[in-house]
Amino acid sequence: MHLFDLPKTPAFSDLEQAARDRILILDGAMGTQIQALGFDEEDYRGKGGQPCEHPTDLPQKGNNDLLILTQPRALEDIHYRYAMAGSDIVETNTFSSTTIAQADYGLEAAVHDLNAEGARVVRRALDRATAEDGRPRWVAGAVGPTNRTASMSPDVNDPGYRAVTFDDLRVAYGQQIRGLIEGGSDLILVETIFDTLNAKAALFACFEAFREHGKRLPIMISGTITDASGRTLSGQTPTAFWHSVRHASPFTVGLNCALGAAAMRPHLAELSSVADALICAYPNAGLPNAFGEYDEGPDETAQQVATFAKDGLVNVVGGCCGTTPEHIQAIAEAVAGHAPRVVPTLETADA
Amino acid sequence: MPDPLLRLSGLEPFVLTKDIPFVNVGERTNVTGSARFRKLITNREYDTALEVARDQVENGAQIIDVNMDEGLIDSKQAMIDFLNLVAAEPDIARVPVMIDSSKWEVIEAGLQCVQGKPVVNSISMKEGEDAFRHQAGLCLSYGAAVVVMAFDEDGQADTFERKTEICARAYKILTEEVGFPPEDIIFDPNVFAVATGIEEHDNYGVDFIEATRWIRQNLPHCHISGGVSNLSFSFRGNDPVREAMHAVFLYHAIKAGMDMGIVNAGQLAVYDQIDAELREACEDVVLNRKPKAGGTATENLLDIAERFRGGAREERVRDLAWREWSVEKRLEHALVNGITEFVDEDTEEARVAADKPLEVIEGPLMAGMNVVGDLFGAGKMFLPQVVKSARVMKQAVALLLPYMEEEKRLNGGGGRDNAGTVLMATVKGDVHDIGKNIVGVVLACNNYEIIDLGVMVPPQKILEVAREKNVDVIGLSGLITPSLDEMVHLASEMEREGFDVPLLIGGATTSKVHTAVKISPQYNRSQVVYVTDASRAVGVVSSLLSNSQRDGYIENIRTEYADLTERHEKAEAAKSRLPLAAARANAPQIDWSDYSVPAPSFTGAKVVEDWDLAEIAAHIDWTPFFQTWELKGVYPRILEDEKYGEAARNLFADAQTMLEKIIGEGWFKPRAVTGFWPANSEGDDIRLFKDDARTEELATLHTLRQQTVKRKARPNMALADFVAPKGTDDWIGGFVVTAGPEEVEIAERFEKAGDDYQAILVKALADRFAEAMAEMLHERARKTYWGYAPDEAYSPEELIREPYRGIRPAPGYPAQPDHTEKLTLFSLLDAEAKTGVKLTESMAMWPGSSVSGIYIGHPDAAYFGVAKVERDQVAEYAQRKGMELEEAERWLAPILNYRPDAAAKVAAE
Repeated sequence: MHLFDLPKTPAFSDLEQAARDRILILDGAMGTQIQALGFDEEDYRGKGGQPCEHPTDLPQKGNNDLLILTQPRALEDIHYRYAMAGSDIVETNTFSSTTIAQADYGLEAAVHDLNAEGARVVRRALDRATAEDGRPRWVAGAVGPTNRTASMSPDVNDPGYRAVTFDDLRVAYGQQIRGLIEGGSDLILVETIFDTLNAKAALFACFEAFREHGKRLPIMISGTITDASGRTLSGQTPTAFWHSVRHASPFTVGLNCALGAAAMRPHLAELSSVADALICAYPNAGLPNAFGEYDEGPDETAQQVATFAKDGLVNVVGGCCGTTPEHIQAIAEAVAGHAPRVVPTLETADA
Repeated sequence: MPDPLLRLSGLEPFVLTKDIPFVNVGERTNVTGSARFRKLITNREYDTALEVARDQVENGAQIIDVNMDEGLIDSKQAMIDFLNLVAAEPDIARVPVMIDSSKWEVIEAGLQCVQGKPVVNSISMKEGEDAFRHQAGLCLSYGAAVVVMAFDEDGQADTFERKTEICARAYKILTEEVGFPPEDIIFDPNVFAVATGIEEHDNYGVDFIEATRWIRQNLPHCHISGGVSNLSFSFRGNDPVREAMHAVFLYHAIKAGMDMGIVNAGQLAVYDQIDAELREACEDVVLNRKPKAGGTATENLLDIAERFRGGAREERVRDLAWREWSVEKRLEHALVNGITEFVDEDTEEARVAADKPLEVIEGPLMAGMNVVGDLFGAGKMFLPQVVKSARVMKQAVALLLPYMEEEKRLNGGGGRDNAGTVLMATVKGDVHDIGKNIVGVVLACNNYEIIDLGVMVPPQKILEVAREKNVDVIGLSGLITPSLDEMVHLASEMEREGFDVPLLIGGATTSKVHTAVKISPQYNRSQVVYVTDASRAVGVVSSLLSNSQRDGYIENIRTEYADLTERHEKAEAAKSRLPLAAARANAPQIDWSDYSVPAPSFTGAKVVEDWDLAEIAAHIDWTPFFQTWELKGVYPRILEDEKYGEAARNLFADAQTMLEKIIGEGWFKPRAVTGFWPANSEGDDIRLFKDDARTEELATLHTLRQQTVKRKARPNMALADFVAPKGTDDWIGGFVVTAGPEEVEIAERFEKAGDDYQAILVKALADRFAEAMAEMLHERARKTYWGYAPDEAYSPEELIREPYRGIRPAPGYPAQPDHTEKLTLFSLLDAEAKTGVKLTESMAMWPGSSVSGIYIGHPDAAYFGVAKVERDQVAEYAQRKGMELEEAERWLAPILNYRPDAAAKVAAE
């Protein structure tokens, strides 16, 4: 069941080596880049690209994951630009590619293809980039939180009710992760964790999928501190969150989304002081303005992320909402001179 | 290697650190243990059931056990429903859950409901190794720690042999085959009933305790838990006796290594307060001893059990005239005189008479505490007495609380207003807390709510709690010099994170000058205030929180600190320092040509074991003990002092009473290691050699030289000056002594029982024990181990004035202010392994009641202060130590006579 006796994949060891040498760079936001393409309903359904093989009458505009199947070239381009901007690790566009999240679009049947193809699209983009500059790059199979939570009730009058159970999530995540592995993901990134119980189901599904695969992929775990309370949406402090997921022996643990770098810093510092794993941070480009747009420029974000590096808090950095290839390039340049964080021994972690 | 620790979480983390001797698992949400909870669950009264859980957490349960194993209900569904409801209650869900069931399907259902890291209670090999492996693998995949029962295919283990054999086998399977982290394993070696009248059961207590000891020694990093109430099964209905049995059992089991248990904390006697006869009878039963008076232990306990059924205690004859007074006056009398005996009945009487329980607190109790406060402010009462008053107050409030909660529940809100909330903490890397605890008690007496985060508190924790609890004031304490930097760092973090509450600074190394010059400038949103001692704390805090006084008060402090800074800078600028070369040229001139000192009787380190607590007690220097309690004067004269005499005498009497128990019951386990090595000075360093051939270097002790400009013919000293240079045989000694870590546990027990007075007292005495041991060991070193003064004969009283030849300076003190030299000393002595004393990241010794130092034997050797040093020396010193300049500057920050280029940067985390 658990990973204890499974051999690591070759990519796992390569990543570990690379992380010893330098701070690794993750990519930035997909949403902003996709929005800029100005796709309409017909584009989402594959006009000019490939029509979707999974018929549904529900509107698909906004189902960004679907573009993997209908507009793969456009996505490959975005991934390629992030790779050339300096990303060592590029995420698949599969944040919502579970039966649970795709239920809103009636596309449960497409989930396996979304994940397998999603990984292949990134792989192609990275291979192109590597052919040009010879730098190795890794595909991160992105696993999102879904749109339901296992430890909170959506009904204020019935706090004991759950719209989704651990087992529902375990099954859905398992399907997603198997697809991601099949498509060639080098690692699994469980991200934007609002509810740690959802994440624990995803981790459980990872163990099952790795066991079938016969090899252990690196897992990156990234929580989301929703506001200044310093807690996840489901109420955990960063340290409590770490204790809840440490059994997965993750390659990295960290934070993304919801906050800009400045606001993320104290929570990241706490995590960095307690976690005996590598630390990964990919904040938003500041906070959204009144129009829901992110104003923080590449240099501004990069400067703040650079302080994480300077103060020895991080091993992997990147960007979340509002960041662009320019942000990633600025971040990569800003952290280049800094040594990666040294993983603390448990003793220092507790003092 | 650091010891991996058990880490759990609910919404908040829980780490079973060394500071926590025993984790109390709340047991009232267990249908098998609580008839009331069973009824609530059977009737599906979940709201009330949640209240039970909430009460437990509020009363300090660090983990809550949830068990739904009841034949009449669907246990699996009840587990799911209850855990889902708990998840919606942040004040309950903040602590980790123990998912308790004998059915695996119920456990697994529970594991799927909690986002934190829970504990599974329990799995075992009762269905064979394969099922055990499977379940353990699942626990690991769900991210849970696990209780493993000593149970196999042949049944529950009852003897020492079976318990240890099963646990060892389970441990091997878990760690080697399943990949389970050993720190996440909690063994339950089965507590069985004793004193049942069946002879085979007589040794069950011993079997558990000894198995516990064996497991903790042989199966690294794991933990021990147990359900204690089974033990006293045969005394059902006689709660006082049951409580006494549990307390006695836990006392011994905890000493053997039991660090977790399912115990009803409200129904546990305090070991030291159990009637001596009952305690002995319980001990005979638990430890399977033959009673002194003959007969069997069981018969004996049965014989006396009836007498204790009502829990009645014998009355002493004394002046009880005050019992005739009005209830308000009686409460005041009890508060002022620190008498807990009648406080329950008086409080109850006042409660019944009052409209609301809150009125009792705001009325007679606060009136009584105001009298205490006035007397204290007027210098007519002293700290030890105030701490005793606090104990009375606590007990009274504890009695009223349930009524107030009930009332609050009925009214839907509204509660007691306090004067303000004060967060207190000893900073990261520091373990000393006596002073902080005293300040906490004094403030609590004045109606402030105290949130005490304890010792070694990281800055992010302080800020997190401060924000969460919306505190009005933060108070920091520290005893060793690196703590000063921690305080500076915290002040800058408060500024950065936008705090605007006052920051109080106190503790032995802190000072008004340091606060004004280094800490205060970091934090401008509110004010940093240095607090001289506990008696000032109330005045400072009330001024800071008073709307009318605050601004003026802060303005005054700012002016004062600005003046102080200016004067300090002027004085520093005026104090010229000698270049290092010139200081060295003015070193003391010792003529080594005809110096000779005998060789010590052994080379290398040696553990000193033959400590006698009574003998140590006879060597105690009492003057600093009274200083701890802010009673100023020299012992024994202070006992007759006109002002402090009475308080000092009472305190001394209480100390003697406790001392008798410390000695009689062996509370402390003193440990010490000492060593000697051939040594010669070389410049400002002392080289230590492996043997008398003096060819192979073993280590180097680095020393620092005074750089102040000296008047007249006074030399600029360094400790190395008092060790002979090459060519003359000389030696260096080293030592670490400790009164032992037991004080921590004992103090905690008192604190849990609401007795801060005894908690502070035991810590203060442990400190005195360690100091006395250092003095005794030094004497032995001079007379025997090193033996350069075999005929020395001083009485303990004379020794206090240090009339003897040679010194024992300690790293971190004025003659060698660099704390990191302790690392060399500790490694030479292998001190951590030999004494259990550890160095924190700030080089504080844990437990706090420890003393270390080196021995230098030359007759001219004397204590001195290095005082401020210049960059030239620090740069050279860093090079000699093989340290980066920045690091050396960080450790020496308090004595730098210059501003380091890179402003002393404390790594943010």
